[in-house]
Order: sequence, then structure tokens, then C-alpha cells
Amino acid sequence: MTPFTYARAADPDDALRLAARDGTAYLGGGTNLVDLMRETIAQPARLVDVSGLPGAIEETDEGGLLIGAAVRNSALAEHRLVRTRYPVLGRALLAGASAQIRNMATVGGNLLQRTRCAYFYDSDGSRCNKRAPGSGCDAVAGFNRNHAILGASPACVATHPSDMCVALAALDATVQLQSAQGARTLPFAELHRLPGEHPERDTMLAPGELITAIALPPLPAAARSTYRKVRDRASYAFALVSVAAVIELDGDRIADVRIAFGGVAHKPWRAARAEALLRGGPATPAAIRAAAAAEFADAAPLRDNGFKVELATRTLVATLGDLVGATA
Amino acid sequence: MSISINGALAELPQDPRVSLLDFLREDLHLAGTKKGCNQGACGACTVLVDGERILSCLALAVQYDGRAVTTIEGLAEGGVLHPLQQAFIEHDGFQCGYCTPGQICSAIGMATEARRGAASHVTADLTAAVTLSREELQERMSGNLCRCGAHNGIIDAIGEMVAAELAA
Amino acid sequence: MSILDAAKGAAQATIQAAMGKLVPLAPDSWIPGGIPDPLIRRQHGVIGAALSRLDGPLKVQGAARFAAEFPLDDMVYAALAYATIPRGRIAGLDVAAAEAAPGVVLVMTHHNAPRMNQPAVFGSSPEAAGPADLPIMQDDRIHWNGQPIAVVLAETQEQADHAVSLIGATYAPEPATTSLAAAKAAGPQPGLFMGQPLRNEIGDAEAMLAAAPHRVDQLYRTPRHNHNAIELHGATIAWIDGGLVVHDASQLVSAEAATLAGVFDLDVAQVRVTSPYVGGGFGGKCLWDHQILGAAAARLAARPVRIVLSREGVYRGVGGRTLTEQRVAIGAEADGRFRALIHSGIAAMSPHNNMPEPFILGTRSGYAADSFSLSVETVTMNMLANTFMRAPGESVGTFALESAIDEMAVELGIDPIALRIRNEPDKDPTSGLPFSSRDIVEAWRAGADRFGWAQRSATPGTRREGEWLIGMGCATATYPYYRMPGAAARITLGRDGKAVVEVAAHEMGMGTATTTTMVAAERLGLPIDAVEVRYGDSIIPGAILAGGSQQTAAIGAAVIAAHRALVADLLKLAGNDSPLAGLSADEVGCEDGGLVKLDEPTRRESYASILDRAQRETVVAAEEASPPLELMHWSMHSHGAMFCEVRVNTVTGETRVSRFLGSFDCGRILNAKTARSQFRGGIIMGLGMALMEETQFDERNGRIMNPSLSEYHIPVHRDVPEIDVIWTDIADPHTPMGAHGIGEIGITGVAAAVANAVYNATGKRIRDLPITLDKLL
Ligand SMILES: Cc1cc2nc3c(=O)[nH]c(=O)nc-3n(C[C@H](O)[C@H](O)[C@H](O)COP(=O)(O)OP(=O)(O)OC[C@H]3O[C@@H](n4cnc5c(N)ncnc54)[C@H](O)[C@@H]3O)c2cc1C
Ligand code: FES
Ligand code: FES
Repeated sequence: MTPFTYARAADPDDALRLAARDGTAYLGGGTNLVDLMRETIAQPARLVDVSGLPGAIEETDEGGLLIGAAVRNSALAEHRLVRTRYPVLGRALLAGASAQIRNMATVGGNLLQRTRCAYFYDSDGSRCNKRAPGSGCDAVAGFNRNHAILGASPACVATHPSDMCVALAALDATVQLQSAQGARTLPFAELHRLPGEHPERDTMLAPGELITAIALPPLPAAARSTYRKVRDRASYAFALVSVAAVIELDGDRIADVRIAFGGVAHKPWRAARAEALLRGGPATPAAIRAAAAAEFADAAPLRDNGFKVELATRTLVATLGDLVGATA
Repeated sequence: MSISINGALAELPQDPRVSLLDFLREDLHLAGTKKGCNQGACGACTVLVDGERILSCLALAVQYDGRAVTTIEGLAEGGVLHPLQQAFIEHDGFQCGYCTPGQICSAIGMATEARRGAASHVTADLTAAVTLSREELQERMSGNLCRCGAHNGIIDAIGEMVAAELAA
Repeated sequence: MSILDAAKGAAQATIQAAMGKLVPLAPDSWIPGGIPDPLIRRQHGVIGAALSRLDGPLKVQGAARFAAEFPLDDMVYAALAYATIPRGRIAGLDVAAAEAAPGVVLVMTHHNAPRMNQPAVFGSSPEAAGPADLPIMQDDRIHWNGQPIAVVLAETQEQADHAVSLIGATYAPEPATTSLAAAKAAGPQPGLFMGQPLRNEIGDAEAMLAAAPHRVDQLYRTPRHNHNAIELHGATIAWIDGGLVVHDASQLVSAEAATLAGVFDLDVAQVRVTSPYVGGGFGGKCLWDHQILGAAAARLAARPVRIVLSREGVYRGVGGRTLTEQRVAIGAEADGRFRALIHSGIAAMSPHNNMPEPFILGTRSGYAADSFSLSVETVTMNMLANTFMRAPGESVGTFALESAIDEMAVELGIDPIALRIRNEPDKDPTSGLPFSSRDIVEAWRAGADRFGWAQRSATPGTRREGEWLIGMGCATATYPYYRMPGAAARITLGRDGKAVVEVAAHEMGMGTATTTTMVAAERLGLPIDAVEVRYGDSIIPGAILAGGSQQTAAIGAAVIAAHRALVADLLKLAGNDSPLAGLSADEVGCEDGGLVKLDEPTRRESYASILDRAQRETVVAAEEASPPLELMHWSMHSHGAMFCEVRVNTVTGETRVSRFLGSFDCGRILNAKTARSQFRGGIIMGLGMALMEETQFDERNGRIMNPSLSEYHIPVHRDVPEIDVIWTDIADPHTPMGAHGIGEIGITGVAAAVANAVYNATGKRIRDLPITLDKLL
């Protein structure tokens, strides 16, 4: 680890003040940042600890949730309203990492965790445009079983590893930000970027911008939601593919559906095409399969990850099928 | 700046790079907490902070200023083993013993979570009361790797502790 | 290998060949184990009891001190830099920034490393433990991607880690073979294992295969694996008065000390290697570059050093199991009898070691057949030296063989257990030696009963619960009984009725410390708490490798020898005034803290009384074990019948093992509790091998790309079902205590049992490991 100084922020303004200089990083639970610093992939000169900022989970007037950025992943999963109203979020959180890590990890940190691409991590021995812009990408023609099938670029085929974020994408969450320029709100779908020419930038945050909270709009009472994660061992592994789904039925037609995939792209992948095809139609396996086919029509599999198209399709069919079955 | 370790206050390190794990092992010579990866991937470094299980390898010691840490060395009282330590011996819940302190601390934290009603990935109904089936215990303990393959004994030992708690 | 080593190997082979002709013909009584160990007859003692580990209280309190936990005054911390090319030269090393970094005490590279001799490579002599036939940090040559190129010592670990990240290296790469295809194109070489060719030809197997009415002929692939003991490799090293002390996590303290002495031009007596606890070994905790580099740096800096490899460092610097490609072809009659058994293929190796993963070893004695063609060939890749990992050979060899047998059972429409029993040999089918003990049929019968094998449908895909298809599979487990030469034991018996038994053995979780105490107590006629076993220290005489599942036997034979000497000494001390006067060692046994005439139990005297009269505080006997000639006289093996039930998800292809039973025939079990754990541990590692484990070796540059426990998956709690274990407990009359080592057999057969169950569940035959979900979609 490169030497750095450490300061604890008392409140968001304090955090922004402390983080005013270049080379400062916010520290949440540290479960990703400390690891990356040890690998010298992140080398901040200053850490501003925001894990102690007020972190509350509040019900909003409209019946949604406002979640402080410092809320721990485990606390969020345990919250009564998350369990009852947003099972997709609760399940996504519980599918992530391990209990110890969830006890440390903050909501803000989870949003900004970086890819687990092996070539990104191999700071000594491999080329990676995300880590060292312009150096090249060794994953494109290397081990890429965990990599993207959608939205990748020649410069980068990494995936976003978070489970929680897939649920947030399906829930149409918004992200509340604060910076020296003031506060702003970003739709969740606009937080993470596709790699394009600049894979070194994971998100649309400005330097020094602080995440203060996540807001969840209310879910209609009739909505059912869940999260399904597929991985190489039964627990404590990142997703190969995951599906977050929210569905509302009107008789046997789909009144509304929201779908996000994890493990397939540089960001949680909101399946807008599939949703559009499904809305108003029947929730039959054939219809869901056709919708998935449309969503993955542009999939560009690499050497090791072609199976993800079929896996994601099947997982979607089964997940929606379960939700629909659950209402019947 | 100070931190409580098994009830005793200790000065935090000057260098903010020092992890809670290295602080325990190298500075305080409390080597019972183990290092298996230093990357958050094995659970060997699990300790309890204010009763919650965390990974000390990913924790910067300075970040835990003012907190109360319990390590494996702090579980036995007056020379009497914690019931879970005893159960690990009975059920042969270890072979080499290297993952063991982490497994034990983790299980104690796990029991606290379950008592609070926390669900897990395998809980069928997120809103129902928790029952700690074998599968639940396995899922909740999956953040602690064991390469010797003592899994059955570990879960048996924890099951005994949980059953004793329920009976009490 | 040098010409000299080759010559030595050849000479050794000649002697072995001659012995190999004579020893089988000798009368049993000339052979160790020819007269059964008297302990076999003792049925009511502590042997076989389910005793909790004696080191348990220390371990559950975190009070057992591992190698990297020895506090030494004035100690510095080490960090390593690793090469990033597979082959070539270091063109430039920029260490200025590292040297100037805070806290740095030393930056060591090939420019300033002390001159050291090349460590004698493992296998080149009994005391050799070197990882490869290579000098360590003596020149600018790079031999594998990940080779250590610099060592930094600093006052704190944080400072060392930071400084090492400041080192800049440039290389002059040279052509390297890093793909299997290129290695194969360069041509395979015959495999030599412990000086013996890995080849058996009996009859014309190819012709018999071609003529057989039923044939299975398939290729099976197994990837690289890493041991992944949870304890990182680490050592605390100090030079004291010109001698070297290494507190290490080691499976071979004596050989390591001897090899280090050779490297540093020391007398063996000047080197002490301790290894009181090993946090998992599995073949990986031997001598690698880091201990030598740590010792060299400690000498240069004149400070004690703690060197702990990062997890990535373990992958870069400690070899694992290599990849194999195996053909298994079986020709059979309609009734199932094997006419031809062919098992051949390749294993990759580095140019600088000699460990051709010997996957045919289990096949040599597994089944009867009219003809055999067995061989292992090696192909050379520029990579880190591969090495022993739990059941080297058998673990991956049984995957291929036992999958093929399942395929033949399907082909013939015969139950796979019945097919195996039909081909049960009455003597070793390739060596012709008699088996020392073999009750595998009993293991199959008991296992099948208990597992409910009869409920299995032979038709794949017939059992389904919701999304899950359920299937059952089975396979034979097998591992040889080994005992290596060189073991010794020292017994110190005191007037207080307490004994200290010292063996240069190792406790890595196998329960050795506990079972050795049990066996010694039984042999000495003492209660367990009167016996203290000391181990894990090279100053103890003899050498006992914790490998090849031979520790139990090696210790057993050494303690038998030392015990015999002790009894003789005691009889001498007892003199003419003792009720035992005039008796020889063979006529007396040990009971209740004293000696007793075997067939006249009233003639007895306690140790205390003998020592009192002789006015001695202690009597000490140290002895070497007999040479292991029994291995040439009998075919000696452990066996098991493995049963597996899997659930395969029809949506995702995920496989979960829902039930597993191991039914073992491994001689007499010494401690039911620790033995069960050993078997289970092997089986669980086998489940990992079956379903998820693979070291990803990037064929473009020979770099391991998943060097972490989050990317290299080993089973977590939820992957592990309750594993049932039973055993025949039939003593092998020709081994110490009637026991066999059991550390490795557990992993054998598992991957095949899983693959066969997956076939039964889905109708899909997976022939390359691991069985990941994409292969089942
Ligand atoms: C072995 C292992 C397995 C894992 N498995 C999974 C898994 O299966 N699924 C999964 O989803 N995740 C997994 N994770 C990742 C884990 O979820 C993340 O590390 C965690 O969520 C990050 O949260 P944190 O608070 O610790 O973030 P930190 O590490 O503290 O920070 C991460 C990033 O966020 C920034 N940051 C933190 N807070 C703020 C803020 N308020 N405003 C702006 N920036 C901020 C930091 O500067 C840093 O760049 C795993 C991690 C490990 C080590
Ligand atoms: S050492 Fe902390 S998780 Fe492995
Ligand atoms: S007991 Fe050895 S790793 Fe768990």
C-alpha cells in the first residue's frame, strides 16, 4: 500500500471539505478499496472515512425508502421494509459476498465497487485499460468466462460485480449526490457507464462527489419481486449471471415488468427491450424466451462466456415463472 | 486513539495502513486471529467488533478507533473454554486448526444475527422467523473456508451450540 | 536433471530391480510385517477409540503457534517481487526507489544475493527437498512467469509491501512453451517416477481391445490444481551463531534442513527446521524458493526475517498439481470380463523438475484384465515446477479410469458395482505379487447397503424433483500403502512412569500427534496422559516425510524398532533379581506400566521398579525403522467404495452433491474420530476437484490468472453435504498396528463418483474437469 493519511468525516460537508484535494478517496467499509490499495491498483494519498456518516433507512412520504450511503449491507437486508416490500433487494444483498463482508460493506461502497476481472487485478503482469488506460486489454482474448456479453467495447469487456446494484437497477432507484457544486440526483440507470473508449471511468460521478443516499420509489402493492443468482459454487462467489425482476400481473397478462441482469455487462443491465416486449402480453415461457432473445440479440460472446446467453435466458424464464406462479 | 481488545485498551498504530489483522498479530502478538488471504476471501481473520463479525484483514485498524474487538483469545473465561470451543473439540470441527479461530468467531456472530431475526440467502420467507436448519447454518457459515474439510464437524458443533441456546 | 543425477538414478534403479527380484521370493518372516505386529491382536485398548485431538484445546483458543507467529527480537519483514514473463533474462532492475523507501533494510536481487549452492532437487537423494533443478536468485535468468526476482526487507510489513511495489523490472524475453498444443508438438517423453518408468505392457492390449466385443475408448482431461492450504506459506528465520534456524510450515523438516545445509554450505547440525503446526499441507508445504530467499536475506541483513507469501505469492511460487490428458480404453466380454485395459496419456511438467503426475498407479493394481497397456508421458512447458498434491496420480487417474468403467457398465447394461467385482483380481495384476490385504468387495457390499444403491435407476434422467434431476454414481477409491526409508524414533522412559516419544514427523491436521500418542501408549502399556509425543523438529533423529500417506506407517515402524530396543535395555537393567530374569525382548510385552512375560502374566515388573533398582532416572532408546522391504514382497494398497448422489439443476446446470458415502478398506483404524475427519477432508477436496477447482494458466504467457481464493473456488460450507464414512476395520497383517495411512485415499474416486452421478442424473457424460454448469446447459 502506498502511504496515505486518514481522516474521519463528521458529516457530509466535512467529508466534502476533507476531500477537496486531488488524490482523495472516500472510505466506506473498505472491503473493496483496501483490497485495491493493497494491490496498488488504487493509490489515494488521503482517505476520508465516510462509513460513520449518519446512516439511516427512512420511509418516505410516498411510501418509498431513503437509504443513507453509510448503511451497512447487512442492516439494509435486515430492515423490515426491505424484507416485506423489496424482497428483490433483500435477496440481492443476501446473495452477495459473505456475512462478514456484508457487515462491513456500505451501500455507497457497494455501488462503486470495481470489477473482479483477473487482468484488472493483475497489476504487475497484465494489460488492462481500466487500470492503466491505453495499455490494452488482456481479457478480450484471455480468460473471460466472467466477462461481458452485452455493451462491451474493444477496450474493455469487464463486468460490474455487484448484486445489490442489479436489484437497484430493476427498482428504478435514484442516487443522491453531493459535491462542492451542490446536491444532485441521478437515476440509477445513469450512474454506471458502459466502457466505450474510457473503461477507466466506471460511473458518471464527478471527482470528489459524495454519495449520500439511495432513494427507492414505492412499489405497487401488487408487484412481486425477486432476485436469482447463478454462480460456480453454492455461496460466496460472484454471479456468472443474475436476474432481478419485478412483475405486476393483470389477470394473466403482464401489467408491468422490470428486469435487470447482473454478470452480463459493464453495468447492471436493465433489459428494456425485453420489458417492452413482455408488457401487456402473457407471462408464458415462450413469451419470456422470445423477450430474452430480443434482449440478447446483440450479445457478443467471447471465448469462454457464450453460455451466458442461454443461462441468462433460462434464468429469466424460471425467475419470472416463479414470480407468476407465486401470485397464482 | 485507542481500541479495546478483549476488554483491554490498546493504542492504535501510527501507520494507517496497518490492518486490524496485522495490528493484532504483529503489534499485539495476538496471533490467534489468522491470515489466509488478506483479501477478504477466506474468513480466517474473522473477529467480533461490538459483537458483529467482520474480516479484520480488510479493516484498517484506525477505522476501528473506539470500538470493542473480541478475538479468539477473548472467548474462554477464567481458563474455561467457551461452549463452542468445547463443541469444536468434541465434534472434531477442525484438522489443521488454522481456519478454526475464524470459524468460531464467525459462528458466535452468526448466532447473534440469527437471534435478531436476520434472514439468509436460503431463507424461503424473508418475513418469517428464523429457524436454523443445517442448510441455514451452512449458508451463514459459507464465508469461512476450510481446506482440510472439517465442514461437517464445524456445522455439527455450531448446531449443538444453537440447539443448546434454543433449549435454554 | 544432470548426467550425474541420471547416473545415480540408473544405479538406484538397478539395485531396486535386483531387490525387486529377490524380495518377493523371500519367506514372509524375513520381511518387516512378516510377523504381525502384536498390537494388532490387542482389541480392548485405546487403539480405534474415538479420541478428541490432544492439541484441540490449543487450537480452539488460537494458542497453537504457527510458523509465521514466532516473535523474534529485531525482526524484519520480507516482501517479494515476481517476474512477469515466462522465460528470458532480466534486462534491468530498478531498485533505487525501493531502497530509498521508508523503513527499508535491504533490497536483495541476483546482483547482491549471497552465493548459494543450487538446492538438491526433490527425488535426487533421500534428503533432497529442492523445488526444482535451478539456482535461486543467482543470475538474471527467468524460468517461469512468477519467479521471485527481488526480496525487500523492512521494519514493518506495510513498508516492505510498499517498497516492493516500487521495483521496476525490464526483461529480454526468450521463446517459451506455454501452450499445451506447443508442448505436445515438441514431443512427449517417457515418464519416470521415483526412478521407475511409468509404463506397463502385458499382452497386446491394442489388439485385444480391437477384438473385444465391447469397447469404451475415451479421452479425459483434468486441469491444474493448487493445494490452497488456508495458512499462507510463511517462515520465521534467524541466523544464530553461524547456524540457521527456520520456523517453518513444513511437511519435511529433516530433508529441508539437509537441503538448506547444502545450499548454505553448512553442516546439517547447524540447521534447525521446526514445524510444530502446519496450517494445511496437502503436498504443498515443502521447500520452495521463499525459505531459501528468506534465509539469504536474513544473512545479508544480519537480522531475523519473517517471510509470509501473499496469497498471490503462493500461486506464483509454490507449484500445484499439473494438468493431464488421459486415454482410457477398455475391451470387455459381454459378461463384463476385461480383455484389455489401456490407460495412457500425458502430464505437463517444467523442464526443471521431475514429477510426471503418475495417473496410472491406481490402474496397475485395480482390476484384472488379460492385457494391459499403461503409460504416462510428459510434455514440457515453461512453468513453475508442478508438485505433489493430495494423492498425486490416483486423484486424477481414478477420475479417468472410474469414469470409463462406468461407461463400460452402461455399454454392457451391467450394474457398475457388479462390473467392478467381476474384475476383482486375486493377485496384483501387473506385478504378480500377492495382496497384503484386500477386502474391497466387503467395502462395496457394506457401502451399497448403507447408501441404498438398490434404489438407483440405471436409466439416466429418471428422477426429478422440481427443477432438479437426481442421480447416483459410484467409483473405486485406491491409494497405495507406502513406507519410506529413514524413519527413526527415540523413546525416553522415566522412573516417574512417563514416556517421551520423539519422531521427526509432522502434524498438519491429520491427527498424527494424537494417534502417535495413542499407539505409543498402547505399545508401552501406559495411559495416554503418561506419553508425550514430540515432533516437527529436525533435531529429532530420522526423517519422516508427511506425504504419500506414509507417516503413520513410518512412525509405527520406527516406534516398533525403538520400543524393541527399549525393552531389551529394560531387561538388561532388570538383571537377575527381576521376575523377568533371563527373558528376551520377544518373550515380553508391555502392560500396566511395566514388562510382562507374554505367556506367563504373573512374571512382571513395573518400569519404576526396574529403574529404581538400577538407580536410573531414565532409559533412552533410539532406533531406525527396518527398511520397507514389505513393499516389494506384497502388493499393498488401501481401497474404498465411493457413493455419490447429485442434484443437477435443469435451468442453470448447477450441480449440488446431496449425499456422499465413503466405504473404506484401509486396514485397522487407529482413531475413529480423526480418521473420519481425514476421509471426509479428502472427499471434500475431491468434490472441489469434481465441480469447481481449476488453476487458470494463461497459455499466452504462462501466467496463473486466478491466484486468489475468490477466483480459485474451493468448496464452501454450503457445497458440502453431510458425508457418511464407514470402514471394514480389517487389519492388514503385514503393517505396523495393522493400519494404513489414510490421508490421501479420500480424494481418489470422488471426481468419478460425481461425474458418474451426473451422468445418471442427466445422461450427459462430462470427461473434462471441473464439471461447471456451462458443460451441463
Ligand atoms: C471475497 C469477496 C467476495 C465478494 N462477493 C460479492 C458478491 O458476491 N456480490 C457483491 O455484490 N459483492 C461482493 N463483494 C464486494 C462487496 O460487496 C464490496 O466490496 C462492498 O460492497 C463495497 O462496500 P464498502 O463499503 O466496503 O466499499 P469501500 O471498499 O469502502 O469503497 C468502494 C468504493 O466506493 C467509494 N465510496 C465508498 N463510499 C462512498 C460514498 N459515500 N460516496 C462516494 N464514494 C464512496 C470508495 O472510494 C471506493 O472507491 C465481495 C467482496 C469480497 C472481498
Ligand atoms: S485473511 Fe481475511 S478473509 Fe482471508
Ligand atoms: S481445519 Fe485446516 S483449514 Fe480448516
